[in-house]
Amino acid sequence: MTAEREPAIKPAPSAEDLIAQATAPKPKRLALVASKGGLDEVYPVLMMASTAAALGWEVGVFCTFYGLDMVNVKRNKKLKVAAVGNPASPPPINGVEARVPSIVGMLPGMNAVATKMMKGWMEKSNMPSFEEMLDMCLESGVQFFACATTMGVMNVTQEDIMPQVSCLGATAFLDYAAEADLALFI
Amino acid sequence: MPDIQADEVLDCSGLLCPMPVVKTSAAIKKIEVGQILEMIATDPGAPPDMEAWARQTGHELIDQTAENGTFRFWFRRTK
Repeated sequence: MTAEREPAIKPAPSAEDLIAQATAPKPKRLALVASKGGLDEVYPVLMMASTAAALGWEVGVFCTFYGLDMVNVKRNKKLKVAAVGNPASPPPINGVEARVPSIVGMLPGMNAVATKMMKGWMEKSNMPSFEEMLDMCLESGVQFFACATTMGVMNVTQEDIMPQVSCLGATAFLDYAAEADLALFI
Repeated sequence: MPDIQADEVLDCSGLLCPMPVVKTSAAIKKIEVGQILEMIATDPGAPPDMEAWARQTGHELIDQTAENGTFRFWFRRTK
């Protein structure tokens, strides 16, 4: 490790700092676990996170398993919607139920079709893109944590992860979540 | 329409959650404490969301109206 170590003996904080620290109102904290990497599965995470940040809450998102893709620069530009495995998809288009047999979803290129459709609905509803939502979260102070085990299991290196994201294990995240007012697994 | 003189107007028409709340949070930081922000939204979730936003952030929701699917809110920045 080349990271600089903190000095063992820190200068004592001033009395004013200590009083300010003790009397400052503690913001609410939201701890989210993001475990999925489909485009339709990361939106709810970013919506909750950005909303909580807009309420003045502290937000931490633990990106684990496929949820790590969200902050993986090699993969987060091409998040997709799965065309199979979701019996609720496709939703009615202009109020008309589209009856698409599941087997159609297995045809080559159907994930791309499902992804394009979803991006189309989002754009039509003036919703920000995934990239814009992620930037919005980062700008509003949402912290993202990369699951260390997932990085090991999926051969993801520190360079693959966005520089703002710190790498943690479940223990450190639970320690963070234990201080949260609300914790959700998505 | 209530007779409230807004210092700043934010139009969130056509935007869905979380955008009205995110934009309102950014806009309230740009006005001075005591000033009033008027926000316009068409998201059907806006009335409960904006009431909750005011409760959570502590900014004062002075008044709100609903007319033909258009919601207006007046917030006073409190801190």
